[in-house]
Order: sequence, then C-alpha cells, then structure tokens
Amino acid sequence: MGSSILSIIYLIGSVTFILGLKMLSKPDTARKGNLIAAGGMSLAIVGTIFLYRVNDAPLHNYGWIFSGLLIGGVIGVLSAKKVKMTAMPEMVSMFNGMGGACAALISIVEFNHIHALIRNLYAPVSDDHLVLQLLESSASRGTVLVILLSLVIGAVSCAGSIIAWGKLAGKVKDFSFKGQHLLNLGVLALLVGLSAWLLMIFAVSPGTGILVFYIIFLLALFYGVLFVLPIGGADMPVVISLLNSFTGVAAACGGFLYSNPVMLTGGILVGSAGTILTILMCKAMNRSLKNVLIGSFGGGGAVAAAGGKEQGSYKEISLSDAAVVMAYANKVIIVPGYGLAVAQAQHVCHELEKMLEEKGVEVKYAIHPVAGRMPGHMNVLLAEADVPYEKLLEMEDANAEFSTTDAVLILGANDVVNPAAKNDPASPIYGMPILEVENAKVVIVNKRSMKPGYAGIENDLFFQPKTSMLFGDAKKVLQDLLTAVKEV
Amino acid sequence: MEYIFAFLHQHIDLIYIVILSIFLGVEVISRVPSVLHTPLMSGANAIHGVVIIGAIIVMGKAEPDNYVALIIGFLAVILGTINVVGGFVVTDRMLEMFKGKRK
Repeated sequence: MGSSILSIIYLIGSVTFILGLKMLSKPDTARKGNLIAAGGMSLAIVGTIFLYRVNDAPLHNYGWIFSGLLIGGVIGVLSAKKVKMTAMPEMVSMFNGMGGACAALISIVEFNHIHALIRNLYAPVSDDHLVLQLLESSASRGTVLVILLSLVIGAVSCAGSIIAWGKLAGKVKDFSFKGQHLLNLGVLALLVGLSAWLLMIFAVSPGTGILVFYIIFLLALFYGVLFVLPIGGADMPVVISLLNSFTGVAAACGGFLYSNPVMLTGGILVGSAGTILTILMCKAMNRSLKNVLIGSFGGGGAVAAAGGKEQGSYKEISLSDAAVVMAYANKVIIVPGYGLAVAQAQHVCHELEKMLEEKGVEVKYAIHPVAGRMPGHMNVLLAEADVPYEKLLEMEDANAEFSTTDAVLILGANDVVNPAAKNDPASPIYGMPILEVENAKVVIVNKRSMKPGYAGIENDLFFQPKTSMLFGDAKKVLQDLLTAVKEV
Repeated sequence: MEYIFAFLHQHIDLIYIVILSIFLGVEVISRVPSVLHTPLMSGANAIHGVVIIGAIIVMGKAEPDNYVALIIGFLAVILGTINVVGGFVVTDRMLEMFKGKRK
C-alpha cells in the first residue's frame, strides 16, 4: 500500500516539474508554475521520508533527517529573502553548487557502502565465485559507473559554481596562464582514465579502489576550479547555465542509482533545458560551446589589449546638456547594462523615465538578451523598479525603432552595443547580434571610465561623432540627470 | 562493455524516461521569452534540487552506528534542502516583481 502510494506521489511530482517548467516559460503563469513545482517537490520529499522502503523496512534516523531539513530550510529561506536583486546570479550559482555537492556526497556514501560489501565478502572466504555473484547483484559495474558519474559531475558543478559565485561577487579574479587548456584537457583525460580503471579493479582490489575513488573526487573538484577560473565575467551566464544543467544530470544519476523516477525526470529535464539555454546564450554571444568546455574564454583580453591602440578622440557631454537633449527629444531609448546592475540604479532610472514622460517624451528600454550578468537580468531589475512591462523592447523590436529615436541613453552597457560585432570580422565578438544604437540621432553613453567592457575590446561607438560620454557611477549620474531634467 | 548493456537492459524503462525527458526539456525551453531566462534558470536550479531525495534515502538507510555515512548524509540533506528551498523562494521573489504591473 505505502509503496504504491509513493509511486503515485512520484508520478505527481514528475508531472508538476514538467507543468512548472512549462508555466515558467510564460510571463502570465510563471509564478504559479514555480509554486506548482515547489508543491510537487514538497510532496515527493515528504512521501520519500515516510513511505520509502528499503527491503520492506521503513527509513530510520528521522532525527538526523528532520534536523537536516530544518537547518537547510532556514538557511535557504534566509539567504533567498535577504539577497539583493542585483546579486541574484551569485545566489543562483551558490544554490547550484550546493545541489552539486549534495550529489557528490551521496555518491561517496554509496561507494563506501559497496566497498564495505566487497570487503565483507573478501574477509571470510576468498572465493571468486562470490565476487562474481556480487558483481551481478547490487554492486554491478553499471551501478558503480552511475555513482562515479554522479560524483564527478556533482563535484565539478560544485567547485565550478563556487568559483563562479566568487567571480560575480568580486572575490575571485580572472586567472589564466599559458598552457591552461592543455592542463584542463589533461586533468579531464586523467579523470576519465582513472574512472575506467576503477571500474575494472573495484571488485578485485577494494583497498586500491577506495583510494582511487577519493583521488577522482579531488581531481573533479580541481577540474571544476580550473574550468571556471580563466573565464571572464561576461561569460559567467553561460557557465552558470551550463553548471546548472550539469547538476541536473548529476541528480538524474541519483535517479538511476535508486531507480527513482522523480529524480530522473527532474534531473534530466533540467539537464536538457539547461543545455538548450546554454546553447542559446552561446549563440547570442557568438561563442562556441566547445570554447566554453575547454575553458578558453578571456583569451580575447590579450588580443584586444594589443589591438586597442588606434583610437580617435571621444567627447564628453555635461549633465545639463544631456538633460536638455533628453528633455526636448520626442523619443528616448534607454539601454541598460551591467553598469546599471552594479550601481543598483534601476529605481533612479525609473524616476528619470517618469520625469521625461511627464515632459511629453516617449521613453522605452532596449533589452539585449545577454545584457547584465544573466539573460533576462535587466528585465528582473527593471521589473523590481516597477518599470511597465510594455516599455521593455526586445532586441529585434528595439533595432526597428532606433532610426526614429532622438536620443539613446546607454547605462553601463558596452559589448552589446559594439558595432565591431557587425563590421569587424577580426573582432572576437564578430557575429554577435547587437543593439544598433548608432541609427539614433544622438547617443549618450554613461560609463565609469573608458575601460573596455568584459570582452576586453575597444568600442568604436564611443569615438563616433554622434556619441557623447557622460562619465560616472550610473546611480549618481542618473540622480543628477533627474535634477537637471526637472529644471529644464 | 557487457556490463553497460546489462545495465541498460536492467533499467530500460528508466532509459525511456531519460530520452523522452530530454526532448520534453528541449521543447519546453525553446519557447521561453528572454525576459524569463533568469527566473527560468533559477526555477530549473530549484528543480534539480530533487537530488535531496537521494540524500534522504542515504540518510534513512544508514546504520545508526555508521557515523561516516550519517555525517556525510546529514551534510547532503542540508545542502540539498538549501538548494530546493532557496531556489524556489528566490524564483518566487523574482517572479513576484513581474506580477501586477502589466495590468
């Protein structure tokens, strides 16, 4: 009775995950979708605790389980409630790392379990026949293969996510050295080789087996670090999305291990959805997934530093002039970017937009798919500041409107408006779709300095005659601009 | 090689689920407007927290005197719960902001 109820609970759980993901993909139903998936998850967890049977015996150690759930729950809720909207990507990365760590830890316990079984078999009689029997039962090589997959993927995802978190939070600097790709490939090859070897020997020499197992674990953590370390901040969205799908696959391995359909559907759904999202993002940024996997981003920085000598001169614009230009325009399009997120300027930005609207200016926002730190990051930030949904233009719609726009205000965006992506085949970002702001009459660029953007390449846009620079922190500049517009 | 086939055969129904889920995931994701990419990534992140079920099973079947398994399992339960609970709450917070202002 209990186990058939559990099967139905798992079925319901799987369906809620599918429904949830589907509803998450439409603005109207997204929130409900999230809640439905959360409901299914709670049901699956409670069902597992009370109805799961191991050889017809219920689970025990309830004290441990409930205190773990309680501690994790409290930490989860607190950190999710406290985090600032601008720090959202870091948070997602951190949560992802914990999921990966969870999968790796499960593998460690399960391998130890198998190891103990083999040991026990060896102790009384050293009989190959028994070992063979064991291999055909619970400790079959297939099971160990799944445990290893879950261990390696989980550990890579965990270490990688922590590095990604550190980078986004500004705690870890980009770091690369000569021959890093080779080292990465070498470590990866070693991981595969050791895993294959372990599959061969774990049943015959358990002592060496357990040692190799832990070496694989450490190597996987090391690979996770190596994998993310050289990657620049602009590519972090791709990395987090990829690691997200990794953790999905690790969870699915757990599904195989326990023949658990809800873990399997949840994990694989996330794995495939995350992979597609990653590929979409790579396309938007004109990166190939192969480059991501070998960890060869950031190479553009060196090239750009060498090639970035030929520049014209740029001109600055005063606050009051900028205010006049915008206040007397018919249509202004604001292009928000990473700078807006760092300065947390979304609220002031909305104030400015309202002020301009009061003066009869039509204001819209042009959102590049990869602006900010994660795809859709700008939408979340602007939504937080209560910017109406209709004012946000997606890239294609925005590009159609720039030619009838009087002034474009760029807030800390750089690579997504770099014309080199369209007309310089030598540029590392060549081919990436951009916002064609140069079609507008006037372009005002707010940046903190003339430093190149995350891709590390110069932007011709800043040196064009119709472009003027307005230096300073986005929040401060917007506040001053707001006062100045008021006085016009 | 043989053990891989044996494993696949033994779990053939799970393999079907895997294949179908892959296509399902691709179908669902390819129709998402970029506005929702961040919440979606976060929501998916919460869903793979389903690995917590594995942690619960590990914890629940461990011998009460096997402290290594208990401690590692305990850690796994905590981390998995943070992933699930934090993931869903953060996604809800993001989506809360999308609500209402379109009307």
